[in-house]
Amino acid sequence: MDSKADSALIVDRKIYDVQKIRNDFPILKLQVHGKPLVYLDNAATTQKSQYVIDKTNNYYEKMNANIHRGVHALSQEATEAFESSRITIKNFINALGKNEIIFTRGTTESINLVASSYGRTNIKEGDEIIISTMEHHSNIVPWQMLCAEKNAKLSVIPVDDQGEIIFEEFEKLINEKTKFVSVVYASNSLGTVNPVKKIIDLAHSYNIPVMLDAAQAVNHLKIDVQQLDCDFLAFSGHKLYGPTGIGILYGKVNHLEAMPPYQGGGDMISKVTFEETTYNELPHKFEAGTPDIAGAIGLGAAIEYIEKIGLENISHHENILLEYATKAVSDLQGLRIIGTAKEKIGVLSFHFENVHPHDVGTFLDFEGVAIRTGHHCTQPLMRRFNVPATSRASFGMYNTIEEVDVLVNGLKKILEVFG
Amino acid sequence: MDQELRELYQQVILDHNKSPRNFRLIDHPTNHAEGYNPLCGDNINVFLSINDFGIIEDISFQGSGCAISKASASLMTSLLKGKSVDEAEKIFNKFHELVTDKLGDNPDIDELGKLAVFGGVREFPARVKCASLAWHTMINALHNKNEKVVTE
Repeated sequence: MDSKADSALIVDRKIYDVQKIRNDFPILKLQVHGKPLVYLDNAATTQKSQYVIDKTNNYYEKMNANIHRGVHALSQEATEAFESSRITIKNFINALGKNEIIFTRGTTESINLVASSYGRTNIKEGDEIIISTMEHHSNIVPWQMLCAEKNAKLSVIPVDDQGEIIFEEFEKLINEKTKFVSVVYASNSLGTVNPVKKIIDLAHSYNIPVMLDAAQAVNHLKIDVQQLDCDFLAFSGHKLYGPTGIGILYGKVNHLEAMPPYQGGGDMISKVTFEETTYNELPHKFEAGTPDIAGAIGLGAAIEYIEKIGLENISHHENILLEYATKAVSDLQGLRIIGTAKEKIGVLSFHFENVHPHDVGTFLDFEGVAIRTGHHCTQPLMRRFNVPATSRASFGMYNTIEEVDVLVNGLKKILEVFG
Repeated sequence: MDQELRELYQQVILDHNKSPRNFRLIDHPTNHAEGYNPLCGDNINVFLSINDFGIIEDISFQGSGCAISKASASLMTSLLKGKSVDEAEKIFNKFHELVTDKLGDNPDIDELGKLAVFGGVREFPARVKCASLAWHTMINALHNKNEKVVTE
């Protein structure tokens, strides 16, 4: 334990056994450039536990078959595992029913599905859609495409210098033309946790539906879609310690029932003739083609693993790391933290006055430290803060105080070279 | 510092990063191009003033980027000033071959001159674009003569 760590952290270590968790993640034993891997790029993707890897492999080794229509044993077993993941996910976000849980390829596809299906049906010329300045490109471009097609307008809620949404500006943007709001729950670049409940309540008072991009929120915050009352919510499996290529769209059943299919194909139909097709019921209406069965099973396993440790415990642990890291880097010369909101997830974005993030990234790589450098797919936000890019360390359930020290020592070395 | 890292960040590169040469606007350039790397957000403007005899009388750059890209632009401008357009293209080709490893393990250091400091970039595939952005932008500026003259 580092001498700088306070007693609260020592107490914490007793109830939260980070070493035990680390042992569950085989990749964390790797060395990079001859140094132990310090993986601090969790906002880009999280590592997978042996439990998730085993469950995914088990599908391929013991039950690989296509789902839903086979009458043979393997197909039934695979279908059961796939559908049981859906129920795990439904319970995880407290959806009303499993027909509200649509498997997609990830957050991006979930948002595109809504923009394409709900958007094309309901957005008309002159209508307005509201997003925020801190959106990931995946929650900008689909709406931009829709607006261009429909001749609608995209309005953007500004953020203040701390990286918080200016709520009064959101209130001002809403008018009778506003037909949809889509905002990020927690920012991948800044770490800001947005007041989504307040946003939803205000939008609903004008009968405007709200979609939440929960890609970064879902592995830090307990999400209850019924309590939030959001209309749609999207997230990805791989940011939740699950596999890549699988994600979720939650939608309120009344919306999903009314929406036309997103893609046509197998599995999403109940009857096909060359004259006419009747679509399958929810959630299959939105799941054309053979899905990523192993991915869905892996995602269910990832949630089981998280629940074993407890999302609140993970979140508490990450907050301690964030607080410690924020304090430690604050003393470094010429360093500016981008994103200082009151409520944050474990994301620390920063910018050196005289060292470009790419150089920071390359130097840290040689210390074994993996961080993200660049615009984090949030170019408008980078412009808002007048930086071309940032360096971003993002924490996960398996990171330690000692790893934060390796990061900070690495940054000090960089300052020696560039200072 | 690790040897491989030291190869990448040689003193010359660090110097040019800290005090880039020709880091300014040219008021009435004959040639100009903007270069942009969407992967990292690096952005550079290269300005040239080429006389009637095809000689680069002045060359400068502005923009934001990492140490590698800034030093590369700085060294490029120092090297090309006074050269002919043909020579500039030849030097570009040589530089390109160096950073993309086409010269093999033993590039002719004498022939490359100061540019040899970018040899270390070969070991960092993700950073080759940083080193070559200024050069590609310069080539674009040469080829788009009269098309994109900046007057501000």
